[in-house]
Amino acid sequence: MTGQENALIEINNLKKYFNVGRGAVLKAVDDVNLKIMEGETLGLVGESGCGKTTLGRTVIRLYEPTGGEVLFEGKNVHKLQGQELRGFNRKAQMIFQDPYASLNPRMTVADIIGEGIDIHGLYKNRERTERIYELLNLVGLNKEHANRFPHEFSGGQRQRIGIARALAVEPKFIVCDEPISALDVSIQAQVVNLLMELQQKFKLTYLFIAHDLSMVKYVSDRIAVMYLGVVVELATSEDLHKSPLHPYTQALLSAIPIPDPETERKKKRILLEGDVPSPINPPEGCRFAKRCRHAKPVCTEKQPEFKEVEKNHFVACHLY
Amino acid sequence: MERLLEVKDLQVSFKTYAGEVKAVRGVSFHVDRGETVAVVGESGCGKSVTMQAIMRLIPMPPGVIKNGTIIFDGKDITKLSEKEMEHIRGSEISMVFQDPMTSLNPTMKVGAQIAEGLIKHQKMHPSKAREKAIEMLKLVGIPNAEKRVDQYPHEFSGGMRQRAMIAIALACNPKLLIADEPTTALDVTIQAQILDLMRDLQKKLNTAIIIITHNLGVVANLAQRVLVMYAGKIIERGSLDEIFYNPRHPYTWGLLMSVPTPELDKNKRLASIDGTPPDLFAPPVGCAFAARCEYAMRICYEKYPEDFPVSDGHSAACWLLHPMAPKVKPPVGKGVTL
Repeated sequence: MTGQENALIEINNLKKYFNVGRGAVLKAVDDVNLKIMEGETLGLVGESGCGKTTLGRTVIRLYEPTGGEVLFEGKNVHKLQGQELRGFNRKAQMIFQDPYASLNPRMTVADIIGEGIDIHGLYKNRERTERIYELLNLVGLNKEHANRFPHEFSGGQRQRIGIARALAVEPKFIVCDEPISALDVSIQAQVVNLLMELQQKFKLTYLFIAHDLSMVKYVSDRIAVMYLGVVVELATSEDLHKSPLHPYTQALLSAIPIPDPETERKKKRILLEGDVPSPINPPEGCRFAKRCRHAKPVCTEKQPEFKEVEKNHFVACHLY
Repeated sequence: MERLLEVKDLQVSFKTYAGEVKAVRGVSFHVDRGETVAVVGESGCGKSVTMQAIMRLIPMPPGVIKNGTIIFDGKDITKLSEKEMEHIRGSEISMVFQDPMTSLNPTMKVGAQIAEGLIKHQKMHPSKAREKAIEMLKLVGIPNAEKRVDQYPHEFSGGMRQRAMIAIALACNPKLLIADEPTTALDVTIQAQILDLMRDLQKKLNTAIIIITHNLGVVANLAQRVLVMYAGKIIERGSLDEIFYNPRHPYTWGLLMSVPTPELDKNKRLASIDGTPPDLFAPPVGCAFAARCEYAMRICYEKYPEDFPVSDGHSAACWLLHPMAPKVKPPVGKGVTL
């Protein structure tokens, strides 16, 4: 963060807890601080259950936070009302993971894409139809597809419809929640290329949530690594891959199988023992301490502070 | 090495109201004892159907095995009765599926699911089978096996369920393990654990493994030989290094280029394969990849290419390898100009 760029979104001490009954609390997001700059792609990685989707959803107001705040263009997202709220709902959109579950099977493609246009009253009649055709073109489909239903499309094409729907209301910020993990390799590349082209064209800001680190590295400017509801490391994607600081990030990076036989034969893996512990009543101190090779007594006692160790490289670990 | 499995000219179709889907259109390959073969390809290319045919798990109808022989350990599987097949399934060939939640029985204790095969196939006494189940759980690295053996699948995490699946599959010491996307549903750190486990167990038990995956990293990590499938046919086959460093089929090039390597510059576009795989209701006469191939020539649309040998064990079905074809430099690998 250079300070000259504008933060489009500021996440301050954000907490989202879920009550799971019998007095147990699931701390899905616990005290997260992040800034998302205008026009950048912030990658968010972590294993399933680490809270990355919850964070994304809380940021665009699909969840009410338990504590903390999210500022969008300087205004608290969860306090917006009336006109301002409509404005925010238009400017912040989401692309979902499962292209099969996120499109209404009873609606035609034109209605799916047009729904947002109608709600926000952006275009009417002829113009609306034209706009839908334009959007279909933009995502690599054509106007013959407008009157078809979702089941007539392949996974990659459905994801394109989902992208067209998000773009229909001319957003500034899109949360991409694992947009490619349900797709085949060759189709993944198509969708990623499309997302990056659109970003350049419309100066979009992305929060790119994924667990495929190699793709995230390629897509993102900066990457945040989450573990059990906490951001443990934040750096530019170059730095994160060249010199990961947090032991968890190191293990995560070493676990990705690289599509190159020689590298795979030479590679020394840092194998993590066990599974991610449950986020219900998570351990005191550093949440990674139990699986960490470098754990010291202090790690189980005190939660490490999230601090800048190198320029623009933040880490929450007692080693630094 | 000794042949364990030999599939010759396998053709599988499914009859539907809309017509006949030709899912597998003439697939031949072999697996030797104790080796790992990876099958890669996009969804719908017929890789799972091929494996289901080997296990004789294709629902018939609507499925039909139209042609082909599957020789496993000297016997032709396609000619066996259902009864004889039951002896092979689970004891000589077993399978690990993609989703460990839906492939385990939620109403049965994990230990009982491991013991089931032992009691059935090896006529083991139930109390002895239970001991063996505990031993298997320890083997696949589940801590506290004595307690875990009496738990239900929902009490296991995703990675542990997949370990339990592997324990079930390996309990009877099969000669062949078919793993259908065994790590796709898992997180990367758990995936690394499972891959290590499979490699270790293979060394210990000398089981041959066929692994189906579309993750090329997993292939590079585990396989010795690779089969690339497209639209119901094997379009390229070879040793791991040959496929990654000297690929010859444009589809293989496309696959290899569409994954970002760690060195890839953000300002460069990812190479993608445009278009989608062909409709298998009416597969094209010529090469099925021709419509998406930037090197396609006229003959590609007219005639299916034969398997051109590249080197020992490496061959590709592509007209570019014909002596009269124009010379093309592969965009990936360390290979030489064709």
